[in-house]
Amino acid sequence: MTVLGIDIGSRTIAIAILNDKGELLAGQVADSGPSPLERAREMAGNLSSFRRVVATGYGRHGARADFATDLITEIKAHALGASHLFPSCRTVLDIGGQDSKVIRLDEQGRVVDFIMNDRCAAGTGKFLEIMAQGLGLPLEEMVAAASASDGGVTLNSMCTVFAESEVVSLLAAGQPVGAVARAVLNSICDRAQNLLLRLGIEPPVVFTGGVAAIPGLPVYFARRMGLPDLLVPTRPQLVGALGAALYGIKVNKATG
Amino acid sequence: MTDYRKLWSDLGMDLEKHDRLTSALPLIYEEVYLQQPDRPQAMEYFDLVVAEIHSLRIAELVEHRRRGGKVCGAFCVFVPVEIIRAAGAVAVGLCGGSQFWVPDGERVLPRNLCPLIKASVGARLSGTCPYFQSCDLLIGETTCDGKKKAWEVLGEYAPVYVMDLPQMKRPRDLAAWRGEIELFLARIEELTGCRVTPERLAEEIRLQNRLRQALERLYHTRKADPVPISGKDALLVTQVSFYDDPRRFIDKTEALAAEAEARIASGQGVFPSGAPRILVTGTPMAIPNWKLHHIIETAGAAVVCEETCTGTRFFEHQVDETGRTLEEQLQALAERYLKINCSCFTPNPGRLEDIFRLVEAYQVDGVIYYNLQFCHGYAVEYYAVEKALKARGIPVIKVETDYSEEDTGQLRTRVEAFLEMLR
Ligand code: SF4
Ligand code: SF4
Repeated sequence: MTVLGIDIGSRTIAIAILNDKGELLAGQVADSGPSPLERAREMAGNLSSFRRVVATGYGRHGARADFATDLITEIKAHALGASHLFPSCRTVLDIGGQDSKVIRLDEQGRVVDFIMNDRCAAGTGKFLEIMAQGLGLPLEEMVAAASASDGGVTLNSMCTVFAESEVVSLLAAGQPVGAVARAVLNSICDRAQNLLLRLGIEPPVVFTGGVAAIPGLPVYFARRMGLPDLLVPTRPQLVGALGAALYGIKVNKATG
Repeated sequence: MTDYRKLWSDLGMDLEKHDRLTSALPLIYEEVYLQQPDRPQAMEYFDLVVAEIHSLRIAELVEHRRRGGKVCGAFCVFVPVEIIRAAGAVAVGLCGGSQFWVPDGERVLPRNLCPLIKASVGARLSGTCPYFQSCDLLIGETTCDGKKKAWEVLGEYAPVYVMDLPQMKRPRDLAAWRGEIELFLARIEELTGCRVTPERLAEEIRLQNRLRQALERLYHTRKADPVPISGKDALLVTQVSFYDDPRRFIDKTEALAAEAEARIASGQGVFPSGAPRILVTGTPMAIPNWKLHHIIETAGAAVVCEETCTGTRFFEHQVDETGRTLEEQLQALAERYLKINCSCFTPNPGRLEDIFRLVEAYQVDGVIYYNLQFCHGYAVEYYAVEKALKARGIPVIKVETDYSEEDTGQLRTRVEAFLEMLR
């Protein structure tokens, strides 16, 4: 029988369906929309067809009260997912819609330490989205423009609201779009690196979450951070849901 | 039946605003406290104290003042309440623990200041705390810069007396602190018009020692597995100790401790045995700040000890009772109070030793370092605490927060992930 992992984030919902052997049968990502729980149930489909439904993410408690059989935090889910995909993984960098975190694992893939960003949106996917709007570019093009530029511009504001007006005034002052885009990427990359350094970077580092799914961005980060072997899953947004489903399989095994 | 509304308006309170404050508390209390399974019977008394927090005890204070007695309010565990009571006054604790008062505090104080200070000052400015309104004198201390300067602001609204606490623990600092206690005694005598005699002081020293011992006895039961009382309940008892009549409090706390001991004997607990055991260390949690304990305990772990001022820092160490003269007694008081390991001291190795000792004694699985936002002393001291704990393989995380509910989701994730790590 199959197991469903479901990651209910603040911006997106991801589901992963695994068979007993841990093979991914289906994976899907969608916007959370105005009522994430309802959306989650829709995406899950026929709940009775799963042996277990494990929820993670911001909405895990709601899902547990509603339809899920178990819950784990996104910290544990990302650790399980990342070390399943890359068994040697010792550090996870996860940048989601509204928070970012760094998780340290031991050789067995167990969480030994973690750190999360503070309450504000700086350094998260939300920050990137707002800056891209300010630049008038889709996310992908923003990364391409940044990569093609030689820089020369820095953002001074950490706060999302101030950074957006800084972007707008830099453009108004005639700075090239590419240079400003580069400043934006550097700003979020430096934040991520700060988190990594605070916990200590133990390679290999696996980069997960929605921000890692933006084409070109992981390469940009790896270069800027001097981490040439930054590992990125094919579908970084699915890692949390995958981890949740893997947890379900573990529990199944334990309960026979 | 006492007419409390009359009593409150006689205290000069803002009744309408006060209604808003008191209408929220029962709901929070219901959710956080009354829904806990298997609480000890003896918690009923403490439930009553909270339900009547602005009435029963306030009526006692009003009666005391009607008969010419004085009331003194203190904000910190360094203030020697023995002296206040030996001079015939009543001592009450005044730490603001509610977000309700923060906006009023921010009218006169900067936003980036610890919520405890903002709420304390806000409680006075808004005229919604009957304890503040009942005080004839507020006693501040110089334990942190925020408080030190806040007393000057508060002094515009109420009489304030400030004790100068040394920041080191050398012999000359002890001598200075003893001098402060002498000055304090003189000020209290002036306020009440009563002389403090060695006999009266000896009696209050014994009483406060018994109060501390009662708390110690209760805390001792939390070393058992399964733990007979929740961390939330134990925290509440300590919080109440700052307000309540000491004799009644001792009786009720001893009854509670006895019940907890009986539970241990019969193997009854409020969490299954083997549940993760957490030590909370850091800044004080004043009523009704139950946020962190609630998050930890609804996630399935038990808080088994608090190394905070609303915990062990308040009741550890007794005052030597052998002093016969005022001289000897003041020295004994100075020595006992200076043993408290607040982060305002430099250096402060004693706090690390306390934490290790408690981790051991309470068989703690993990430490949660609680830091009220913008409290720099404790925030900086985390560096040393984290390093020392990690070196011994004891898991620790730091949680920085204020009184608002905005970050509850994030805090929950952090705490739950920490517990997953321990399991
Ligand atoms: S933390 Fe320090 S200043 Fe605050 S109540 Fe405790 S002893 Fe007093
Ligand atoms: S919590 Fe820290 S900043 Fe706040 S009053 Fe106490 S010592 Fe001062």
